[in-house]
Amino acid sequence: MTVQTTDVLVIGSGFGGAIPAYYLAAGGARVTVLERGPRAAAADFTHSMRLGTYNKIVDVIQGDGVAVVAGNCVGGGSVVYFAASLRAPSFVFERHGSLGRRLWPAALTRAALDPWYDRVEEALPVTRTDWPDVSYAGGVLAAACRRAGHTCNPVPVAVDTSACTNCNWMLSGCRFDAKRSLLLNYLPAAEAHGADIRPLHEAQTVTPSPLSGYRYAVGYTVLDPDDYSCTAQAGVIHAKVVVVAAGAVGTPVILQRSALLLGGIPAAVGRYFSGNGDRVSVADIVEDKARTLLGLSRPDGSAYLGLPVGRPITAATYDHLDPTAPEYSRFTLQQIYFPPLTNLLAQAAGSPAWFGVEKRNMRARWRSWLTLLAMTEDDNEGTFGVVPLTGSFTRLAPGLGQGTMTYHPTSRTRGAWDRADTALRDILEKDGLSRVRPWSEGVADTVTAHPLGSARIGDDPATSALTDGHELRGHSGLFVTDGAAVPTSLTVNPSLTIAALAERSVATIVTRTADAGVALRRGVPLPGR
Amino acid sequence: MTGPDRRSVLKALVATLAALSVGGLDSPVAAASASESWTTQTLEAFADTLIPGQRRFPGDVVVAGAVTGPGAVQAGAIGLLASPELPVAPLLPAIAALLDARAVAYAALRLIWLPPTRPPFVGLSFADRTALVGGLFDPDDLDRPIWQVMSLLVGLAFDTAGQQDTVEALGQGHPGLAWLRFPEPDPDGLWRFPDFSYGRPLAVPHPNTTASGSPA
Repeated sequence: MTVQTTDVLVIGSGFGGAIPAYYLAAGGARVTVLERGPRAAAADFTHSMRLGTYNKIVDVIQGDGVAVVAGNCVGGGSVVYFAASLRAPSFVFERHGSLGRRLWPAALTRAALDPWYDRVEEALPVTRTDWPDVSYAGGVLAAACRRAGHTCNPVPVAVDTSACTNCNWMLSGCRFDAKRSLLLNYLPAAEAHGADIRPLHEAQTVTPSPLSGYRYAVGYTVLDPDDYSCTAQAGVIHAKVVVVAAGAVGTPVILQRSALLLGGIPAAVGRYFSGNGDRVSVADIVEDKARTLLGLSRPDGSAYLGLPVGRPITAATYDHLDPTAPEYSRFTLQQIYFPPLTNLLAQAAGSPAWFGVEKRNMRARWRSWLTLLAMTEDDNEGTFGVVPLTGSFTRLAPGLGQGTMTYHPTSRTRGAWDRADTALRDILEKDGLSRVRPWSEGVADTVTAHPLGSARIGDDPATSALTDGHELRGHSGLFVTDGAAVPTSLTVNPSLTIAALAERSVATIVTRTADAGVALRRGVPLPGR
Repeated sequence: MTGPDRRSVLKALVATLAALSVGGLDSPVAAASASESWTTQTLEAFADTLIPGQRRFPGDVVVAGAVTGPGAVQAGAIGLLASPELPVAPLLPAIAALLDARAVAYAALRLIWLPPTRPPFVGLSFADRTALVGGLFDPDDLDRPIWQVMSLLVGLAFDTAGQQDTVEALGQGHPGLAWLRFPEPDPDGLWRFPDFSYGRPLAVPHPNTTASGSPA
């Protein structure tokens, strides 16, 4: 077998992987990117809920007490996410969690991260939206907020709003290339500089390399495009520097599997997993009340009936992000749309809560639903258990896997959810505008699309797997740059913070790569500049 | 449960999704009427408990007729579950038997008489079916993952016509999508919403908002 080598091996092509891949390739390093999912582009993205379409590029990974929705394609989560691009509030960086001391590295504050946020906002780019960009659903939330005495903001998005058709199929990938996914910026720029992106390559282990001049050897398997649980071949690539960015559900598992061969890994790997405090609710809006209380009407004469119309995220209220309030009491309330494949999770009236006659009746009012996401301060209470034989979870079918993570919410997390539920009801149930029904845990437990924190940065070796430069403690040249590195829930959508941290991490990765004898150009511009 | 162990049943169930993802399903309506077996009746009654529909014919006892209009059975849930081309098909009798065993136990504890001419679960009233199915999702129930996957499949059949291309399903008047009033696509089969916004300020933005629109 030919021995394959590269300077920098990147595992994963989402925000955490694509950004270092671009800068290292543009700087002159040989860069190889392993991506476990397939490669798809606009023409491949379908407007269909037929199984075998969207579930080729999105995974639902069911653990004990939690289900995670994650990207599975070149571009990672950026291809299937809803592009809400928010900076985390300053207080987030000061969080203590249940440990009672500041969790983020001393060097990291919101002000310190702002220059990196600036770069990502320019690179994607992020659009500041205004009221004409806000969907009917976002408009209902905004008007209800105003009536309840709250502010509400149009949400900035990594979308070219002039190209967006407001089709609401973002989970299936953007058919119109309006969403500024990584397929349109960092990844093509990396490839233009010679980066080798390999889809359907699932990294399995990171071990020391016996080759002179190479520090790590990454073992991978190649997956069958029609059945990801079948392996076509296996291989090893030797690298001078490795960046693990397999997502917060993938990264800790690869490191756990590699632990013995690496001579041990920090105890914090696979601990402190957070769901970003995600909490989903459905408000069943009363049409007449939307008209009379909120003064809303549409050109077709209806007042709302707009759930399936527009981008999935357009409006949010920041009113509960008070920096002086105690932890576990702060959250963003955001309008969000989910395709009806999640309908079984919305509770209905009566008992049982999530199925039966009442739930069916509620489905008949589906166009009047307003779905909402609270992002709260959770307790990083998740842990990862026994490592599966291959991959980061046991793949049961395209789009469905059994994960090894356990997440049983603490009373602090539940308290945070309860406060968000109460605030949502205060806004949306006022004068009978709607009936709010929080997510049913009866059938699918907690669900998050924002997994974080399973190999986090920090200053305390006991509670953080990574240095503030994203290097795995005790393993020079081995980095983690994805959502796994984010030490706490953020109270906002995490993609912009993950990307900003990845931008910030590049300096240390470049230094280590140069230390390994790779001549690199400095001062690489943003992609496309 | 006896027979195939829980793990093999669960794996076969999710293999159903794999087979679905590569196509090859019978049409839901054809499959739904393909069998009068106890297994089919039990699974139909299970799907009808989750998403009830109206009786298909006078005297229908499998579909309980708790409502008028379509339910999961009409939307093709049984076709999705029972297609002979799916690897789960051989295990469906075991799943139905498990549900029927739970029905027998449920009835015995409550002194409910079950008619011997139909599957035990079908012999329960709609209210009792509902109570029994609710108990299957108790966090301590060892079979819970099986019912979670079964519920997911039933929901996908009704809410998304997951066995069909969405445009095709809408064109054929899929009962679930019609019940949701899922919007129609443009003539090229893609969705666009030129009218999507009230287009006017509806609230005051937070005073501490950055230039890009984030929280300060």
